[in-house]
Amino acid sequence: MLVYSLLAGLLFGLYFSLIGLGLNLVFGVMRIVNLAHGDFLMLGAFLAFWLFTLFALNPVGAVAIAFVGFMIIGLPLYYLLVPRLLRARDPEMLSFILFFGLSQVIEAVTTIAFGTSERSIPGDQLGRAVTAIASLFAGHPVAPGPVELFGQTFPAAWVASSIASGGAVLLVYLYLYQTRLGYLTRAVMDNRDEAIATGVDVHRVSAIAFGIGIGLAAVAGVFAPFILGSITPAMGGEVTITAFAVIVIGSLGNPLGTVLGGVIYGVSYMLMQSYYSSWANLLPYVLLVAILLVRPSGLLGRRVRNA
Amino acid sequence: MPRIVRHLLLIVVPVVAVFAILPGVYDNHLLLFNFIIFMTLAQGLNVIYGFTGYLPFGYVGFFGAGAYGFSLMVMHLQAPPLVALAVAAAAAIVLALLLTPLFRLSGAYFSIANLAAALAVLQVVSNPNLEGITKGPYGVSLNGVFNPTLSYATALAVLAATLALVIYLRNSHFGMALKAIREDPISAGMAGINVVRERVIAWLLSALIAGLAGGVFAWYVSVFYPETVFSVEFTIFAIVFVLFGGSATVTGPILGAVILYGIYNAVGISTPQYFQLIYGALIMGLVMFLPNGLVSLLQRWGVDVP
Repeated sequence: MLVYSLLAGLLFGLYFSLIGLGLNLVFGVMRIVNLAHGDFLMLGAFLAFWLFTLFALNPVGAVAIAFVGFMIIGLPLYYLLVPRLLRARDPEMLSFILFFGLSQVIEAVTTIAFGTSERSIPGDQLGRAVTAIASLFAGHPVAPGPVELFGQTFPAAWVASSIASGGAVLLVYLYLYQTRLGYLTRAVMDNRDEAIATGVDVHRVSAIAFGIGIGLAAVAGVFAPFILGSITPAMGGEVTITAFAVIVIGSLGNPLGTVLGGVIYGVSYMLMQSYYSSWANLLPYVLLVAILLVRPSGLLGRRVRNA
Repeated sequence: MPRIVRHLLLIVVPVVAVFAILPGVYDNHLLLFNFIIFMTLAQGLNVIYGFTGYLPFGYVGFFGAGAYGFSLMVMHLQAPPLVALAVAAAAAIVLALLLTPLFRLSGAYFSIANLAAALAVLQVVSNPNLEGITKGPYGVSLNGVFNPTLSYATALAVLAATLALVIYLRNSHFGMALKAIREDPISAGMAGINVVRERVIAWLLSALIAGLAGGVFAWYVSVFYPETVFSVEFTIFAIVFVLFGGSATVTGPILGAVILYGIYNAVGISTPQYFQLIYGALIMGLVMFLPNGLVSLLQRWGVDVP
């Protein structure tokens, strides 16, 4: 029971860090709060659902389409909304309200387009992809079915989602620390004014970070049907709160702290599920408030507030 | 005539008079009652958001705490409604006191933490394990004290008191101090304003208003579920009404509530998703183009809007 909870928590935790990663990147670079994050995730989930239903496309293939597609949506959205916001008196608070409005618009449009019914993708779709890849590595066919880890069995979809999440986190890490654009992105995160003064094209860097953030939300959405259960247009709000809990635990504005936050969140969620299941839903909220009060800058964070 | 008295006569008296007379000529009393509740909530949010700049996304938590404070007194102690209403107010204030440490956070962190706190309270209240106390997710029924006339009148009294409070804030040193803190807490502190104390007073007043509104709401509808009184929609409506009309004014939130809740009842109930779309687009437009609300149009022409 304990081992199972810990391992399942780790699997979920990696996925939760993927949920938080995009939100944290956007906050870290622009200091704006993307309250529509969960709704972009929901859109990604719907994209995966329709790609599967209409073209029988495996969710693994949907990942690339989701990332590129939403990145392309994110760039113009940045130029439409953010530069105007950053000129305002209190961008952080206004962004909060603005993106809340955006989340309402997205949710409403999705509801009008698809209705409120719950949708899901069969879990074995992702499992099939896992077995295919595993067979490739093992050199011989691997039987499909649940995956066994340290004597515990987990649905293959969970394992696949968490591996993909880990891969996404790794790619973001490589982007931030091994590419020139990533270097500039970290410069903007560190000190926006000095980055402008040294000639960094802050808007270009921010727009790309914004696009990546939304793309990551959509990628997380592709796996949502397997981890979070069936998808509805209204699921975004709860996801946004979870993402917030994760990045606040990890520390706002520090994309790598997100992984720590995600794993802590995932493990404590699973422990609660196993031992006090009726109170498990309380966890994200209590954890969020408690961490904010005890250590407002997060576990790995620098100070974010002065007054 | 001092400004305070003039504003009381020009705003509170007409609003109360209209809502006292309307039930005689218009049959949908629940709708009128909801108008009163939303005006009260919008003004309550105005007290904390308009005057201190803190936007509590979990404002509905106080409303729900009030509703459950009222219900628990009536269900378990058979308290008379007005006593239960006092407990509703107390419940909201206790919750607000518990949440005062949230002021250590700024801007968006405060909002998110407050929302999380309100959702946590909802999870506790609606937990099936507490069915013996709160009736859990199955909802509350208060048939014994059902009295639409008296509860309507009480709601109107709460609204009048709230309006009077906002008028006082508009025209007093206390309100001015709050606005100074909102603009720049450090300078306000240097000017001799006790930043923490004034902020907490505004916070408690704001929670008190929501608690009273929640208690009266529980009394009037008398049958409700936890999701009803903790619905984040209450917060959202209140925020939009305040933003639309204009924060830190007396008339702005009234205008916002009357116009937008009117539209909501015309189109929102039959097709909620279209209404959500209009709302979302409206919020975005307001933030981008009219961040100070409708009344700022008048203020731009040099009209002094109370």
